[in-house]
Amino acid sequence: MSFISYLINGVSLGSVYAIIALGYTMVYGIAKMLNFAHGDVIMVGGFAVFTIVSTLGLPPILGILIAVVICTALGMAIERVAYKPLRNASSPLAVLITAIGVSYLLQNVALLIFGANTKSFTSVVAISPLKLADGQLIISGETIVTIIAGIIVMICLTLFVNKSKAGQAMLAVSEDKGAAQLMGINVNGTIALTFAIGSALAAVAGVLLCSAYPSLTPYTGAMPGIKAFVAAVFGGIGSIPGAMIGGILLGIIEILGKAYISSQMADAIVFAVLIIVLLVKPTGILGKNIQEKV
Amino acid sequence: MKKMKMTKTAKNNLITYIMVFLAYIAVQILLATGNISSLMKGLLVPLCIYVMLAVSLNLTVGILGELSLGHAGFMCVGAFSSAFFSKCMDGAMPDGVRFLLALLIGAAAAGFFGILIGIPVLRLKGDYLAIVTLAFGEIIKNLVNVLYIGKDKNGFHFSMKDSISLHLEEEGQVIVNGAQGITGTPHDATFTIGIILIFISLIIILNLINSRDGRAIMSIRDNRIAAESIGINITKYKLMAFSISASIAGAAGVLYAHNLSTLTALPKNFGYNMSIMILVFVVLGGIGNIRGSIIAAIILTLLPELLRGLSDYRMLIYAIVLIAMMLFNWSPKAVAWKERLKERYFPKRLRKEKEVK
Repeated sequence: MSFISYLINGVSLGSVYAIIALGYTMVYGIAKMLNFAHGDVIMVGGFAVFTIVSTLGLPPILGILIAVVICTALGMAIERVAYKPLRNASSPLAVLITAIGVSYLLQNVALLIFGANTKSFTSVVAISPLKLADGQLIISGETIVTIIAGIIVMICLTLFVNKSKAGQAMLAVSEDKGAAQLMGINVNGTIALTFAIGSALAAVAGVLLCSAYPSLTPYTGAMPGIKAFVAAVFGGIGSIPGAMIGGILLGIIEILGKAYISSQMADAIVFAVLIIVLLVKPTGILGKNIQEKV
Repeated sequence: MKKMKMTKTAKNNLITYIMVFLAYIAVQILLATGNISSLMKGLLVPLCIYVMLAVSLNLTVGILGELSLGHAGFMCVGAFSSAFFSKCMDGAMPDGVRFLLALLIGAAAAGFFGILIGIPVLRLKGDYLAIVTLAFGEIIKNLVNVLYIGKDKNGFHFSMKDSISLHLEEEGQVIVNGAQGITGTPHDATFTIGIILIFISLIIILNLINSRDGRAIMSIRDNRIAAESIGINITKYKLMAFSISASIAGAAGVLYAHNLSTLTALPKNFGYNMSIMILVFVVLGGIGNIRGSIIAAIILTLLPELLRGLSDYRMLIYAIVLIAMMLFNWSPKAVAWKERLKERYFPKRLRKEKEVK
């Protein structure tokens, strides 16, 4: 029975990772850059909801909506100011370091506004825990909402990318920027849209993460961000279904590792599994293997 | 023509050595005249550590052309292996000999880990390699945090759980105490030793770059398949660069361990944040430019301290300066603008540069 409960918790945590990893992987697919600031956008989303719901006392739904809007605007602004000028830079590392700079910037702005003390986040979920099998198996409301939200996000995103015109444009730009431009696709607009969607997802992930683990500091987003990055690579970076699978597997491995092996070494276990997977399949689970030519 | 080029590299390297030497003299003069704050005095050894880390990472990133985000992990290996050795041998041999041996052990252990990790990992490319090195760094940090080693008359005891399960005899001593790390490491690191280590690292790296092996490594960076097709042993040279880079980072770790009395593996000192910070030094100083790495490491380490008067705003300003510098240095528009300025004010030098190209 406890195994099932761990498994459900794992899927729940994995859904959060998957949502963050989707943002990572979409941005990577289209802009070929590791957006290190993505984790900090999660933190901004968390603080936005915290301010609106706990400080201003507005209803949670409104808080989530405003947080999504703030993060979307933030994501687009970051892309416009910090990443776009470096899109054709001679080294791909330039934009990586700039992303790290943006990450520091967001953390320190949050530090100035909210201070270094841990804020306790009141959960935005008002569903009572589900009791199954005579109360032996208790599933918290947050877990249920997180899993449902994860499923909805994944379905919507898959439909959007595969069915809508903007989604197709995204795929085209990630395949070949130059050719996409010749076909009349607005490349700059598409990249901005990708950042907007990725950041909106980060806001959602931030709310879910802070509801499940109710402590909020300016550094809250960093480790989940790195884990989600691991998840994206795990599933094959650039691949949307890969990010989902990678995220959920990572969540399950982390929770089971914590429960059955060692709670202190959970992170090491997650990273070790990643290394083993990459050694067996160097481009991740669903990554495309591109033959290199001279 | 060839001879002239050789002298140019030699001149370039000489400038680097002289720069470090002059910095050393300047600091010694400041120390002698007492014109240096105690805060700055405390920063001297860390500065040497950062310079060594930046220079060694530049070997991996700039010369080998592989992105590594696990450099702090090698530093961690060097720090803990040498601190363990120093703690066991404290008093058993003269301090100088012990520190020298600790240094060799730290560098060797980190180099060994470099090879161990490098063999499977260097098959991966680009961002995959980056994430795996990051993962290794985190694993090393995590393992050190759950490692317990004690010593009593029956020899050494290991445990991964807690210090009680070491089952030590009464007079036994816990040396590595999990998350509490190693306490009471002798304080051997000085600024002079740091500078000597920087010199040694520079001699190793600059000579490697300008050797046959170094050119083989750079050919892998520029085109792996072409390099392979002319008979260059890719694995051998990749491992060579990676393990040398790791062992210099390990030596920096030894310096770190012997500069503090308590050595613990925190996210701040051995986590991925540290690796990223070193990468920032390398990229800002110029990828593949060793002298640039030294200057960037010094400036970026001093910057937050110089901004200390601004207290809460200093890291914010640091972040903004970092972003602005990256945009100014790398954005194609800024690069073109700088070209135009050069053309207007130094047309002769530009023409010369173009001829060389």
